[in-house]
Amino acid sequence: MEKRLMKGNEAIAEAAIRAGCRYFFGYPITPQNEIPEYMALHLPQYGGVFLQAESEVSAINMVYGAAGAGARVMTSSSSPGISLKMEGISYIAAAELPCVIVNMMRGGPGLGGIQPSQADYFQAVKGGGHGDYHMTVLAPASVQEAFDLTMEAFEIADYYRNPVMILGDGVIGQMMEGVVLREPVKLEELKEKEWATDGAVNREPNIINSLFLDAVKLEEHNLKLKAKYDLMREREARAELYKMDDAEYAVVAYGTSARISRSAVDEARKKGIRVGLIRPVSLFPFPEKIIRSTIAKTRTYLVVEMSLGQMIEDLKLALNGKRPVCFYGRTGGILPLVDEILESIELMRRGEGIEADCCLS
Amino acid sequence: MREEIIMAGFGGQGIMLMGKLLAFAGMKEGYEVSWLPSYGPEMRGGTANCTVIISTEKIASPLSYRPDTLIAMNYPSLHKFLSRVKKNGSIYYNSSLIQNKVDAEDKNLNEIPVNELAADIGNDKVGNMVILGSYLAKRRFISLDAVKESLKEIISEKWQDLIELNKRALEKGAEYINKIRP
Amino acid sequence: MKLTAAYPESLTGKEFHYCPGCTHGLIHRLIAEVIDELEIREKTIGVAPVGCAVLAYEYFNLDMQEASHGRAPAVATGIKRVHPDRVVFTYQGDGDLASIGTAEIIHAANRGEKISVFFINNAVYGMTGGQMAPTTLTGQRTTTSPLGRSVESSGYPLKISELLSILEGSVFIARVSVHNPAHIMKAKRAVKTSFQYQLDGKGFSLVEFLSTCPTNWGMKPVEALRFAGEEMTKYFPPGTYKEVE
Ligand SMILES: Cc1ncc(C[n+]2csc(CCOP(=O)(O)OP(=O)(O)O)c2C)c(N)n1
Ligand code: SF4
Repeated sequence: MEKRLMKGNEAIAEAAIRAGCRYFFGYPITPQNEIPEYMALHLPQYGGVFLQAESEVSAINMVYGAAGAGARVMTSSSSPGISLKMEGISYIAAAELPCVIVNMMRGGPGLGGIQPSQADYFQAVKGGGHGDYHMTVLAPASVQEAFDLTMEAFEIADYYRNPVMILGDGVIGQMMEGVVLREPVKLEELKEKEWATDGAVNREPNIINSLFLDAVKLEEHNLKLKAKYDLMREREARAELYKMDDAEYAVVAYGTSARISRSAVDEARKKGIRVGLIRPVSLFPFPEKIIRSTIAKTRTYLVVEMSLGQMIEDLKLALNGKRPVCFYGRTGGILPLVDEILESIELMRRGEGIEADCCLS
Repeated sequence: MREEIIMAGFGGQGIMLMGKLLAFAGMKEGYEVSWLPSYGPEMRGGTANCTVIISTEKIASPLSYRPDTLIAMNYPSLHKFLSRVKKNGSIYYNSSLIQNKVDAEDKNLNEIPVNELAADIGNDKVGNMVILGSYLAKRRFISLDAVKESLKEIISEKWQDLIELNKRALEKGAEYINKIRP
Repeated sequence: MKLTAAYPESLTGKEFHYCPGCTHGLIHRLIAEVIDELEIREKTIGVAPVGCAVLAYEYFNLDMQEASHGRAPAVATGIKRVHPDRVVFTYQGDGDLASIGTAEIIHAANRGEKISVFFINNAVYGMTGGQMAPTTLTGQRTTTSPLGRSVESSGYPLKISELLSILEGSVFIARVSVHNPAHIMKAKRAVKTSFQYQLDGKGFSLVEFLSTCPTNWGMKPVEALRFAGEEMTKYFPPGTYKEVE
């Protein structure tokens, strides 16, 4: 099968096109510029529309309009730009519009820096915008996975009528790896969206809206959304387990920090430490059940993040106090080193550093 | 087999292209590959580097803290990465721009007068291919031919007429190192 | 650091990071010279943008604030309302001011906010690597208009000076170029007029500079100056668009 050498950003753009996305609205920001640039070059060849909006606020509202009009649509940005999109995302989730949003995270807060980071985890999985809502959040750890998850993201978005976020970082976006491309979906086979606003011909008008002045109705609406999120928790949670079969210790990490942790796990195994890696692939829903299934054998967990500790909260909730949790994180655009993680694994084995709130070193 | 390479130099020396070319050729030869660039604002004057990993196994971390090989096209790059190269690892450096004596006893040093060799074939822009040619000739895990074949896929359409020149530069670098260390 | 007698006190002396042939540095210097000449260094507060000039706070030897992308006029409004007797200016690129920050600039102008805005129009997004700006000329190639900007999909290059001059709140609006010494002198006079209007408590003023980006235009410095002087001025004619007595 054809294998291409691509940047993560390019793979995501190509995947979107193959998933039938014909509309892209964005605004430049490092380190995700290859996505809009790829779309600017390629979408017109498919009769699609690339539009550089005047801001991220506008871009996400163009997405709202296009999704409400029934299209497969995507936008992408990086941390400061994603903050600007948050209002729109809350509206999109409330109005139950399917779309895909890419965040190639960089160091924050504020203008921060442009180097890779994972400090937008809370913003992605806990809401970010106002109200009781969730995006589905998928975290690729390779260029191949960036491609695959993006193609799937459009299916998930349409199925649940929910915004799906691809949460990567500067490394995932900028790195090149070999990618096996999947066949494009057939546009004519996509399910029709009866709810879309495409002109009320021979039917009642369709309304795309998130206003419910009657509190009873609004509560009902929230419960309906919750039922969707519960279904996702049931069916969409996923994680990759690596060398976990006999693991007394587990490193838990996603995306780029999982890649680095995997090397550390290999090194630790060479030293005879029975450690494995749990790599959440979906961050919302968080793979709680999969993690709980490891408790029988695993004594202690080490969370590694490119932040000062965000996903660790979800891990602690999943373990519900049954096992101790350690943490190692680097932030601001600094990547953790294999040796540093290895050291943390050794500390964990000695029973040190448990429940530390911050870096072990 | 797993080879971790850091390539570094200043902007405009074709560092990124050299790395992509190697990664692409590696992929075509059936290896797992990754290429990770340094990135920054567009403004001038900075140094550029990229990490290429070529492996028979799935690549875990795409970063390299202790590379097997360093290709340094100028002094600041050599200085920055020298101490990180593995014990018994290799360093290929552009001796046209690095006159200082390089101190690295436990490492394999290869001086390549890149700029002179490139000037010999009439274009000082292809120094990147010269040093890559030297590297490939010595560390023979990807054939020079596979790399030459890959040029047309990696060089943008605008510059396709420069492929022959780049091939000659690869050969030039290979010849040079074969002559001094047959 | 050795400073010549003519080196403006209002610059820190830190070496600019701009590319060769970029006129950002020259414009910094013009502004600094005028601040020195008016002897307002100690009462001036600047607001830096997000763009290639993001580090302006390291170059101006003044109190400075760094704003988020496009919001400099709002930040400046906050400063000016707290310190009405100080001189407040923003320094903004075309992505910053004319794209993401259009709401802020229009409302600051319309309120007659007593600030000076220095607007650097180089027809591209420099910092992020040469994407299309609202001021990119029709037909101009950028990384997000790979076939050249088309009016059909991206509309027309935005004429900020013309647009703001019709608002009642603005008192002085000028477009200048810095591609040769004669124009540089005119540009400097415009900067001075703008500050003078502010010192006189009159209202909102803006000076639009046609500026170069040799790196993202893919031109040599000399060519870039020619492009700014000959091509950009066709669509963006220099001149004083508003001057309220
Ligand atoms: C909210 C947000 N969106 C996007 C960016 C990325 N960004 C940094 S600078 C810039 C535009 C720079 O262009 P311009 O204002 O024209 O200034 P120049 O660099 O050309 O001087 C953008 C989009 C950001 N920092 N914040
Ligand atoms: S990228 Fe353009 S605007 Fe930015 S410093 Fe370089 S020449 Fe100037």
